[in-house]
Amino acid sequence: MSKTSSSATTRISSFVLLVIFITLALSLVALILAIQAWYTPGQEPVAGYLLLIGFLGAALSTYVLFQTRKRIKRLSIKIPSVTTTIECRKCGFKSTRDFQRGDYIFKEVDQCQKCNENMLITAIYKEVKEKKKRTRF
Amino acid sequence: MNNLAAMTALQSQIMQEPFGEFSWILTLLFYAFFFVFMFYGQKINTYIMLREVEGSLFKLKYIKDEGRKIAIETIKEIGKPQTDPTARVDRFLEYFTISPQSLDPAGIVGKLEHILDVRDTRFKDDVKLMAPATDKTQANNLENTLEAAMALNFIYKVIRHYYLLGKKTLSLYIIMQIQMILPLVMREAEAYASALKAFADGQPIGDGAGALVAAKLTHGYPKRNIAKDCVVATVPIEGRTAYVIKAEGPGGNVGKPGDGVKTIMEENEGKIATIIMVDAALKLEGEEVGEVAEGVGAAIGGPGVDQFKIEESILKYRVPINAVIIKEDIGDAVSPMRKEIFDAVDKAIERIKQVILEKTKEGNRVIIAGVGNTIGIGQ
Repeated sequence: MSKTSSSATTRISSFVLLVIFITLALSLVALILAIQAWYTPGQEPVAGYLLLIGFLGAALSTYVLFQTRKRIKRLSIKIPSVTTTIECRKCGFKSTRDFQRGDYIFKEVDQCQKCNENMLITAIYKEVKEKKKRTRF
Repeated sequence: MNNLAAMTALQSQIMQEPFGEFSWILTLLFYAFFFVFMFYGQKINTYIMLREVEGSLFKLKYIKDEGRKIAIETIKEIGKPQTDPTARVDRFLEYFTISPQSLDPAGIVGKLEHILDVRDTRFKDDVKLMAPATDKTQANNLENTLEAAMALNFIYKVIRHYYLLGKKTLSLYIIMQIQMILPLVMREAEAYASALKAFADGQPIGDGAGALVAAKLTHGYPKRNIAKDCVVATVPIEGRTAYVIKAEGPGGNVGKPGDGVKTIMEENEGKIATIIMVDAALKLEGEEVGEVAEGVGAAIGGPGVDQFKIEESILKYRVPINAVIIKEDIGDAVSPMRKEIFDAVDKAIERIKQVILEKTKEGNRVIIAGVGNTIGIGQ
């Protein structure tokens, strides 16, 4: 599992937020007016246009809002979890644990639980699960 | 029923007269769009590009600040300084190195090496002042951490420069330059960002694949210092005598393999059957991480000083040089070593043995140079 380090150093510009919310509010007003116009005889075409404008405005402002939030979410440094493998060269006993500061490959560590021989760090690595994208090449 | 009739009427109206009495508005809008895009199309493009660069700049600023924070925290944690190291770190992040003049290129490698040595000494001295309680390994790791933070600071400042210049001049071509290379710059910055924690903690990184090959070959054999921050062990492999060179670990360090190869060649009066260099190399998109490939030439990156020295030595004694590389991308090279790369190390050792069997005879002497940053890798 990877830990994520992030902080609130970025914020959405208040102007952008204002524009988004004004557009959203106007879109909602357009939708309400569309419903009213629908029930007014002879105003059906107007209702259609208002409906179109309302939906488009609402969709656009929601999309922009989500995009801005997504960008903020992406602002983080992923710290991968690194595994240390410890091995006993005499009896072959192996154990793994999370990496600790000071570990290095070929460092002698604690004694083996089975044969009391000093154990050795033989591997330090991270595992990355990658989604394989299918390409023709 | 009433609603249904109204809907049908509306539908037919829309189908027959697409925009009815409002069609003039649309015509006007069309002309307005046409003229706006004709006269202001480039400006609109410029603003869109500026916005894109601005988004990346936000991210770069965040990464740069995190880098600085990690560096300061690590210094405080490991180095136990008496005073707050923040001001010194900020000064360090602004360091620059001026490369030697190349109008007359003769002797430039020596000059470059000298400048790099001065830089290295200066960095080491500064780290010692910032973090007096560190041992050699920790000091090397801290130096690497600070160098990664410094690289991030530099990237941020260059992108900011072009962004502000573009904003000031509103020149599409200035902004375009930076916008076009932005994806590659961001990849590099993200790679350095993931390197920060690895360097601070002393974890092996992908670039250390070559050093790990050498470490696995020399483990259990006596070592001696052959050049600055470089060790060598004499190892019997397939009936041949192999001089295996690597940077001295486990601190973050690349050593001077060029000097190491030169010294061994001179000690043996050039009687070396072959040199095999092992290093991590950048893969092309579409290639697998941890793929092992083989070729000829000096497999070593960096500013070129070591490559030059190795090439000089092999030319003097006419020694063949082979290279084994482990492929990875820039992000893998400076972030904690991936399992695929770790597993590829054994494949690279097998390939080295194959080269030795094919290209040399029993009793021959060979040099194996494991190139790369040996952070988190002992010997």
